[in-house]
Amino acid sequence: MDIFLQQIVNGLVLGSVYALVALGYTMVYGIMGLINFAHGEVVMIGALVSITVMQIFFAGAPGLSPVLLVLGALVVAIPVCMAIGYTIERVAYRPLRHAPRLAPLITAIGVSIVLQNLAMMIWGRGYISFPAIFPSGSYDIFGARITAVQIAIVVMAVVIMVALLTLVNKTKMGRAMRATAENPSVAGLMGVNINAVISFTFIIGSALAAIAGMMVSANYGIAHYFMGFMLGLKAFTAAVLGGIGNLKGAVLGGLLLGLIESLGAGYIGQLTGGFLGSHYQDVFAFFVLILVLIFKPSGLIGERVSERA
Amino acid sequence: MKLRHTGLLIISALVLAACGKGEAPAPKADAPKVTPVAAQAGVIKIGLAAPLTGPQAHIGQDIKNGTQLAIDDANAANIEIGGVKLKFELLAEDDEANPKTATVVAQKLADAKVAGVVGHFNSGASIPASRIYSDAGIPQISPSSTSPTYTNQGYKTTFRLVANDSQQGPAIGNYVVKKLGAKKIAIIDDRTAYGQGLADEVEKTIKAAGGEVVKREFTTDKATDFTAILTTLKGLKPDVIMFGGIDPQAGPMAKQMKSLGINAKFIGGDGWQTPNFIKLAGDAAEGGLASVPGLPKDQMPGGKDFLARFKAKYNVEVELFAPFGYDAVNVFIDAMKRAGSTDPVKFLPEVGKTKINGIIGPIAFDDKGDIKDGPITIFAVKGGKWEPLEIVGGPAK
Repeated sequence: MDIFLQQIVNGLVLGSVYALVALGYTMVYGIMGLINFAHGEVVMIGALVSITVMQIFFAGAPGLSPVLLVLGALVVAIPVCMAIGYTIERVAYRPLRHAPRLAPLITAIGVSIVLQNLAMMIWGRGYISFPAIFPSGSYDIFGARITAVQIAIVVMAVVIMVALLTLVNKTKMGRAMRATAENPSVAGLMGVNINAVISFTFIIGSALAAIAGMMVSANYGIAHYFMGFMLGLKAFTAAVLGGIGNLKGAVLGGLLLGLIESLGAGYIGQLTGGFLGSHYQDVFAFFVLILVLIFKPSGLIGERVSERA
Repeated sequence: MKLRHTGLLIISALVLAACGKGEAPAPKADAPKVTPVAAQAGVIKIGLAAPLTGPQAHIGQDIKNGTQLAIDDANAANIEIGGVKLKFELLAEDDEANPKTATVVAQKLADAKVAGVVGHFNSGASIPASRIYSDAGIPQISPSSTSPTYTNQGYKTTFRLVANDSQQGPAIGNYVVKKLGAKKIAIIDDRTAYGQGLADEVEKTIKAAGGEVVKREFTTDKATDFTAILTTLKGLKPDVIMFGGIDPQAGPMAKQMKSLGINAKFIGGDGWQTPNFIKLAGDAAEGGLASVPGLPKDQMPGGKDFLARFKAKYNVEVELFAPFGYDAVNVFIDAMKRAGSTDPVKFLPEVGKTKINGIIGPIAFDDKGDIKDGPITIFAVKGGKWEPLEIVGGPAK
């Protein structure tokens, strides 16, 4: 039983990681109807920048408390990612806003390759380790074990979701965002500065990416220039699973995907009598994506997506 | 064919040189091609191929330094073969640890007519390059590649100075069952040629030695989350978990084992016996065990003196494979001396008959070109550093 419980906990942690990244995808999609494939790469940059900052602080002042280190890293990583997010939108998407839908998709992939190569040039091809600032011990909850970083990840996913929902539904900027999502031209006529709203969306999404990047690399202890690719694909799957464009859906989709992968990898060997092994873990995510696209293209709690074209 | 022709030219040049300078105009008359060869008869080029840029550059540079030291020693020793005083030159090429670049570099070295090649570092580079050296008839000694495939291709030109994975696997397996006294062992591999191959060998040995492999789990060489498979293993309560793979996976795996509260010992091969593993795993690295072909560098028969000379010359510590690079050059020179020729065609058969005492210990090859009785050392992480624990195998003392 405690093994099953542990698999559930593993799934929830992994799912929260996906959820954190999926929120960024879904926000941009919700406003612009655009899949920002470079989002995974912004997460990667966030992770690498925060590690670099921590290493500098860690070397300079070894006695610094972990909380201060994390805050210090975020103070640098968030603005860097915001700047990158803003630049991506300005350079790769804005000129193509009225182009056919395929065009921004292609520039998105292009941007992600550029960012990967940029990171490779700056940080090299090797794996970079996250400084050992957190205690590596874990807490025991009914026989399942969870570390402090993992608890933080789960909490952050929920907190950020609530914060984003408040932003979108309760603030003036949120109203402008919803108006832009509904119909950009009409929103523009009503006095909404669409360019500012879209830039803002990208900047917020990129700030989330910085936080997600740091939490992911803290959890696994490593980061490298290629990490954004798989993470981005999985998070995209999670967003689609929950219903892309829907913030609650991103979190739900992320958690579900995490649970599916974790339980799948844990039990597939037994269920198929050893025919399929645990290295098929990654396959489950995409198997789920295909099923969702066939049977419920708008996702589990998805919004109507046909309006925007 | 082309090669034999060149060989003949070199021999004839040597003969001519030996006959006396008075006849120098004669070769010019019968074939203009002979002249450049004759002019270089005293210069012997030794090729080196290793990653000299990229994340493994420090390892490649280490091999290069060791090789250069051997070349300098040889030049200082005023070696004469066939009456000609020889000057050795190192031709170092960067294979970027990339199989494709490795073949380009190999061709370049073959075209430069090196007498022998020290390299490559990675099995993935040594294997594709070996075909090119074989076609050119140039002996190749890898200081470090451990994949069994490398010497299993039937080429007469491939040699190596380290024990291969089909020897390393049994060393790990026996250590786990006999020394650690483990009864239940779980094995994970990353499904690469290296990881899977090593894990298969370990599994075979464990079963033969009476241990029980309770579970075989798999991951990939890109994964970072192993909690699902580790949780499954936790339920089976293994005494030892063996991982066939490399450090980017082994590091997080050790970390996740610790946070899941798994108390099993963690053991693997040379793929993660690296400082990087300790960096990635943090304090979870403590107690990790890994095997590496070869003796610990300060326990090599010629180790202490070599380490001191290396440090004096380059002002850096030996990483790992420099002594192997040094010995590889000496294997070539020794074979040339016994053959009385610097022509690969002549001295290649002698490389196979090598019997010398190198820095790394006694060197002799079996009929495939693998080192005979290559020792394997088990290392353990103690106090945040890899410390040699025990030497398995090796020549009988």
